[in-house]
Amino acid sequence: MPLDVEAAKAEILQFCESKSKSKSKFYFNDFTKLFPDAKSREVKKVLTALVNEEKLVFWSSGSTTMYGMAGAGKQAAAEGEG
Amino acid sequence: MAKHKTPLLDQLESGPWPSFVSDIKQEAEARAKNEKGLDYQIPVDCPEDLLGVLELSFTDGETHWKHGGIVGVFGYGGGVIGRYCDQPEMFPGVAHFHTVRVAQPAGKFYTTKFLRELCDLWDLRGSGLTNMHGSTGDIVLLGTQTPQLEEIFFELTHNMNNDLGGSGSNLRTPAACMGMSRCEYACYDSQELCYNLTMEYQDELHRPAFPYKFKFKFDACANGCVAALARSDMAFVGTWKGDIRIDQGAVAAYVGGEFAPNAGAHSGRDWGKFDIVKEVVELCPSKCISYEGGKLAINNKECVRCMHCINTMPRALRIGEETGTSILCGAKAPILDGPQMGSLLVPFVEVNKDDDYQAIKDIIEGVWDWWMEEGKNRERLGETMKRLGFAALAEAAGVPVDVRMVQEPRHNPYIFWKADEVEGGWDRDINEYRERHLR
Repeated sequence: MPLDVEAAKAEILQFCESKSKSKSKFYFNDFTKLFPDAKSREVKKVLTALVNEEKLVFWSSGSTTMYGMAGAGKQAAAEGEG
Repeated sequence: MAKHKTPLLDQLESGPWPSFVSDIKQEAEARAKNEKGLDYQIPVDCPEDLLGVLELSFTDGETHWKHGGIVGVFGYGGGVIGRYCDQPEMFPGVAHFHTVRVAQPAGKFYTTKFLRELCDLWDLRGSGLTNMHGSTGDIVLLGTQTPQLEEIFFELTHNMNNDLGGSGSNLRTPAACMGMSRCEYACYDSQELCYNLTMEYQDELHRPAFPYKFKFKFDACANGCVAALARSDMAFVGTWKGDIRIDQGAVAAYVGGEFAPNAGAHSGRDWGKFDIVKEVVELCPSKCISYEGGKLAINNKECVRCMHCINTMPRALRIGEETGTSILCGAKAPILDGPQMGSLLVPFVEVNKDDDYQAIKDIIEGVWDWWMEEGKNRERLGETMKRLGFAALAEAAGVPVDVRMVQEPRHNPYIFWKADEVEGGWDRDINEYRERHLR
């Protein structure tokens, strides 16, 4: 069954919010686990939509990429200063 | 005079090799002079501060960079790697020093116009320092600040018809050898396949969804000019079916000294008269060549495509007529479990442009689906293969198990049968067995 995009978006944001005390960055796999019946490509589309809406941001070490809530985490303030 | 004293770095310049320290000093000087009258968009003394922070790291024996960050261009999850100095007051010119990766042209064919535009862009909006090329093969622009990123991206994509490369848990910028454009050994058009797959997998290149990095490389023959076999998770190495074509007349001409061996390479010293037995026959790794009575013969069944005989006598020996590519998976550098070379997944597949390389794309997507499902975070394909076994990969890719799937020639540790692949499964009648085999 295809994912309901709006419901999936809400679930992803709620998941990030619920973990926000301990974690500010998440692996792609953390999100696929939320939707065990969906294909990873569908989950990726939802994440891309959230990035385009500026609700999520990519975080990259150079070798690994993670997703985080916009504005969350230690670096967000430092990096906005330009 | 230099902004910072750098005695430790200065020492590096005294060795016999070209020095990156000298290069950075040269750029620092050029920026200070500013002969073109540029309105530099990041601090003019950025190369000076780069030398300063490096000297400090040498003195302290620890790094002063903070690596990684949320910087990037809008909608892209790769191509920009954030870097910050942890002593920004001492070295304001490199307080931000982000790296930008840019897709290189297939086969690294550049026009001087493109190179000039690239240098002009980087002089204006970056440090002026580049790394041509990074180990993935892409153009690496070293050192800029966050507000410049969108400007650089706009210029690259709108005016230079280029794009950012891959970084992070993405498909990395695919790399190809020169292939058919200049090389008679090419078994397939590596540049065309590289371009086609780059365009097909744009989403994988720019929006990360893999467990870790993933690299494609395309070598049109086993000489491996982009080292696909050693440096890419999925290597496409050109190969052929059938026999190596032999021109016995040209063989005689090599033996007679009429043609220079190795197409005239290695001619800097006198190696003596060409000795076909010593230089070709005895160096064949699978001992499948013989030279008797002035005739060269090859037992093609035993040939392992090392390319040595063809490289030595290119006018006499040519690759077979039916050509395609092998696909090898799992090469990686030694971060975990030591380095690995690629393992042969597909011995031969046609490189067919007419069906848009569908056979190859089916294999790629099968491998990706499996790795995305089974791979742990930060686990390369080669590590997943090692953990779950090669047969699992072959099944995921939809490739039948084959005796040619070898770790190295004549060594095949991977294949395990499942019960449903064996007639009768694992159950058998012990009494019937005992009729033929005494206890």
